[in-house]
Amino acid sequence: MNHLSNGRMKRVPEPELIFTKSKKGRVGANIPTCSTPAVDLSEAIGDLREDLHLPEVSELDTIRHFTNLSQINYGIETGFYPLGSCTMKYNPKINEATARLAGFANLHPMQPVETIPGALELLLGVQEMLQEITGFDNITLQPLAGAHGEMTCLMLIKAYHESRGEGETRKVVLVPDSAHGTNPASAARCGYSVKSIPTDANGNTDLEALEKALDSNVAALMLTNPSTLGLFEPNIEKICRMVHEAGGQVFCDGANMNAMVGTTRPGDHGFDCMHLNLHKTFSTPHGGGGPGCGAIGLQAHLEPFLPVPVIRRGSEGEVMADYSRHHSIGRVSAFYGQFLMEVRAFTYLRAYGKEKMADISRYSVLNANYVRARLKDVLPPAHDRPCMHECILTAEKYKKEHGIRALDISKRLIDYGFHPPTNYFPLIVPECLMIEPTETETKETLDMFCDAMIAICHEAIENPDALHHAPSTAMVGRLDETLAVKQLDVRWIPAAKETAGV
Amino acid sequence: MANVPAELKYTKSHEWVRVEGDTVTIGITEFAQSELGDVVYVDLPAVGRTLAVEEVFGSVESVKTVSDLYAPVAGEVVEANTLLTSQSELVNSDPYGQGFMIKVKVSGELPSDLLDASGYEALIG
Repeated sequence: MNHLSNGRMKRVPEPELIFTKSKKGRVGANIPTCSTPAVDLSEAIGDLREDLHLPEVSELDTIRHFTNLSQINYGIETGFYPLGSCTMKYNPKINEATARLAGFANLHPMQPVETIPGALELLLGVQEMLQEITGFDNITLQPLAGAHGEMTCLMLIKAYHESRGEGETRKVVLVPDSAHGTNPASAARCGYSVKSIPTDANGNTDLEALEKALDSNVAALMLTNPSTLGLFEPNIEKICRMVHEAGGQVFCDGANMNAMVGTTRPGDHGFDCMHLNLHKTFSTPHGGGGPGCGAIGLQAHLEPFLPVPVIRRGSEGEVMADYSRHHSIGRVSAFYGQFLMEVRAFTYLRAYGKEKMADISRYSVLNANYVRARLKDVLPPAHDRPCMHECILTAEKYKKEHGIRALDISKRLIDYGFHPPTNYFPLIVPECLMIEPTETETKETLDMFCDAMIAICHEAIENPDALHHAPSTAMVGRLDETLAVKQLDVRWIPAAKETAGV
Repeated sequence: MANVPAELKYTKSHEWVRVEGDTVTIGITEFAQSELGDVVYVDLPAVGRTLAVEEVFGSVESVKTVSDLYAPVAGEVVEANTLLTSQSELVNSDPYGQGFMIKVKVSGELPSDLLDASGYEALIG
């Protein structure tokens, strides 16, 4: 099949499951005959299933299968990936080199703690650097994902209120209507009821509504700063004061930390705790390539409740894993969190260096504003003011005047060789396109992307069908998302003829 | 411009209400279904449940998002549209007809802040 992508002709094989290439008896490696007498396991274990249906393929076919799959994949290493709220920055290869050093990679999570002082030093090093970057009194690296970090922060807040005898009364968590869906989910998971706080016409938290919602039932406000509208909350110090005066705590959703690294610190804004996504901001692998790490920062009054083990320096300067915390919320993950992710984050932070650290936020904000300014005539920003690390644009006029939705623009972008931006989030912006270029892209790449977006917006008026039918040059066309949700089919089941006789 | 039938009442949260004697039929507007996109799942209350005004009585899940449904009136649920269990797309194709959500036997007066068609049209601009 011939396939046009990025203006080049490229031969792409039809995607096929490796199971369909299976031929009975074909093997990838010859294993010598075993000289040890065979034991009949069914005597020891009972009935064993014999219908595993593992694919029987040669080594070469296996290699071709996975190499071909990798060639039809799209990732940050094949092209621009402006998926808003996800911070799809380039992860330098040196992170992978250090994570593969035998001294780190071959550690066993159960080996005696006296044998891993180097690993503990590294964990403490990451904690200390994140502490300095965020302005919090303490950091724990235990949570295994962003939402897990949110939940851990709420567990700390809950333990704090309980310690003050207010656990039974403070049962409400306030969440702005622009928040990530994980915020209300984390609050509900911790047994809180959720109250939504509206956003005002300028894209900021509605202070009047917040004032009204604040009372002695409020446990916490969960605030994303910069917000998911890509805007820095100008009243952040006032908001934190208001919540504190009402006896509540303020959690910062740190999904958008990339806009602040080295420039400003949430710990200084008045927040009590926050979560970080090391897999967004601090360059550890992302999505299916994770696992993630949702490290959290917290102020001193929440320290007694930290999950164990607490990695800290002992009285003689040694690094220790401290389990003796009477008020701890307990463990939130096995062992020490995602250790090798911490090795990558450590490497990233040290390779960048303190002096250059602010370049992360400066260039990510500059790049987003460049895209916003270049696209504003065809796709107006939801709020007409400088943005932070991502710009939020609306395609509402194309829907009203030409029947073209944000989704159609995104799908057409695939034909131009780019990964689409985030669609329809935040929910409060109609026909929303959320573009986060990150700091690792050049002006030339941003220009190619903006040229494509402008061309697509012209097509939306002159040739809307090109958008309705997009993507037309990808291996598969427009997927039926509705059918995919209604008839979820994620398991390969062998055809009847293949199972016959097994 | 979205279809806003003149004979119906509306809420700011995009439900419509058809009044027939002491029973009302409730659904979501054409504007609401167009904002949601393809509806894939509808969660409705059991018959017999008592609803208060503005109480969440169910939810609509689309490929984009999940939205709560708010009761425009107080009363007892007398019918939930079971067709939507297998044919949730009716919410998109026929929002004011076969895609209705529930029927409620109203207790007391209808709330005074329900919008008429022109009020709702002004809301959705």
